[in-house]
Amino acid sequence: MKKELNTNEFIQIILSICDNVEKEKDYLSELDRATGDGDHGVTMSIGWNAVKEKITTLDDNLTFDKICMQIASSFLSAVGASAGPLYATALMRGGAKLKDLFVINSSHISDFFEAAANGIQDRGKANLGDKTMLDVWLPTAEKIKETSNNTEDIIEILEKGSHAANESMLSTKEMLSKKGRSSKLGERSRGHIDPGAASSALIFRTFHEAIQNL
Amino acid sequence: MFNNEMAFKKIINDPYQVVDEMVEGIVLAHSDLLKFANNNKRAVVRKDAPIKDKVGVLIGGGSGHEPAFLGYVGKGLADGAAIGNVFASPSPDPIVDATKAINGGKGVVYMYGNYAGDIMNFDMAAEMCQMEDIPVKTVLVTDDIASAPLDKKSERRGVAGDFYVFKIAGAAADMGMELDDVCRLAEKANDMTISMGVALGPCSLPHTLEPSFVLEDNEMEIGLGIHGEAGVRKGPLQSADEITTELMDKILNEMDGSKKVSVLVNGLGSTPLMELYIMYRKTYEILNKNQIEIHSSFVGEYVTSLEMNGASITLMKLDEELQPLLERETLCSMFRV
Repeated sequence: MKKELNTNEFIQIILSICDNVEKEKDYLSELDRATGDGDHGVTMSIGWNAVKEKITTLDDNLTFDKICMQIASSFLSAVGASAGPLYATALMRGGAKLKDLFVINSSHISDFFEAAANGIQDRGKANLGDKTMLDVWLPTAEKIKETSNNTEDIIEILEKGSHAANESMLSTKEMLSKKGRSSKLGERSRGHIDPGAASSALIFRTFHEAIQNL
Repeated sequence: MFNNEMAFKKIINDPYQVVDEMVEGIVLAHSDLLKFANNNKRAVVRKDAPIKDKVGVLIGGGSGHEPAFLGYVGKGLADGAAIGNVFASPSPDPIVDATKAINGGKGVVYMYGNYAGDIMNFDMAAEMCQMEDIPVKTVLVTDDIASAPLDKKSERRGVAGDFYVFKIAGAAADMGMELDDVCRLAEKANDMTISMGVALGPCSLPHTLEPSFVLEDNEMEIGLGIHGEAGVRKGPLQSADEITTELMDKILNEMDGSKKVSVLVNGLGSTPLMELYIMYRKTYEILNKNQIEIHSSFVGEYVTSLEMNGASITLMKLDEELQPLLERETLCSMFRV
């Protein structure tokens, strides 16, 4: 049972995300070659490496919202692309829910992911079922919210979230792409997991694994 | 020809430094025409920017399409370019830096191909600039027939037609027109510009060296995107005349009775000029047969896709308003009009 998360622990989680993205970058690019331009793993690697570099120079006394803002802007500046504005908006909107906090609990975490998912929707203007990262973020944020109504244990909340993210990532395989470069493929977009959905699920999975290992 | 067994070879140092090193090379080579904006290596503007009382024309997009986009920076064309990673939109930072550097007091028009990533980053940058009272408007290029039907023209992606749309807007701004007029003419140029391409072999990202798509030795793909996005039809490789005829059939379907055009036969990166001129020859013959006058012709590399093997044909339908804008003199680093 873990009821609280502090900023140092959050930074450890972010560093785990950086490492896992680096490990999975070839897989993400391979997914993207099937339906897009094949650079999603490269983009994620460039972005999270920039985050890793930034994080080591951050002041110790920053609150959650400030940390999120710093991570978001270093990621966005380094990558641009589609991933830049989408992940950066998620972090900024999520971070805004954690204003002036050094320690957060289960309901903050639920608010964070809900705001992040809504931010992705606002920025990318996709709908559920368009075969994008939103197909992971919306159901996962929903699952996290639902779970946080029943327990204060953030490990359990993230475990449920991680499972939901994995399932929704797999569900993008049979979807028809309606957004981004892959939407021009029509029926040929079916049968492939969306790379943005895959990187999103990777982030939720890492979040859960890292929080368990704290 | 490239295939799965053959490795891609590139003259590079570090794949993660290719863009910065290329931009440095370009600005060093053309220091008489270009400079960085706010020392940002991803924001390149005209040496004489900002031009007072002139609408600023800012273009941009991912790297790997050279001479697009920084090659288009110069008098009579773009005032600046924001440069992204390979095949990836620039982030808002260089867009904002370039906007401020080219704002001559009449606002700035953003022009780029219609891709989700570019739209998000340029829109974020536009919001930031508008907060600092720089008027910004946007015109998207949507010339690729293969990417959506005509009744969904606004969903089409931008390919080699960038050349014509940027050229018209650049000329209009150079003549001292106001922001709204520059945008209207750019939108008109986009409406009048249609492209269709063919790919014979893939390109590869410097970071992965993997082929962006797979074609058999005797295959071609019609309607492929400029980032290696799959096209509309794969089939056996045909002759230059057959390929050109298929591309022109699709293009002529959207001519709506226009009788005068400018022609661009664009190479995607590794197709020799020899083959582009063979395609041009057939394009000329087809236009002649259809009694369509050719006002001007451009044959060469204008919007590429790294070392992709393939080509596209673009027509811009001309009227009395667009023709003088197309003819207006241009001086930029990588080509002259």
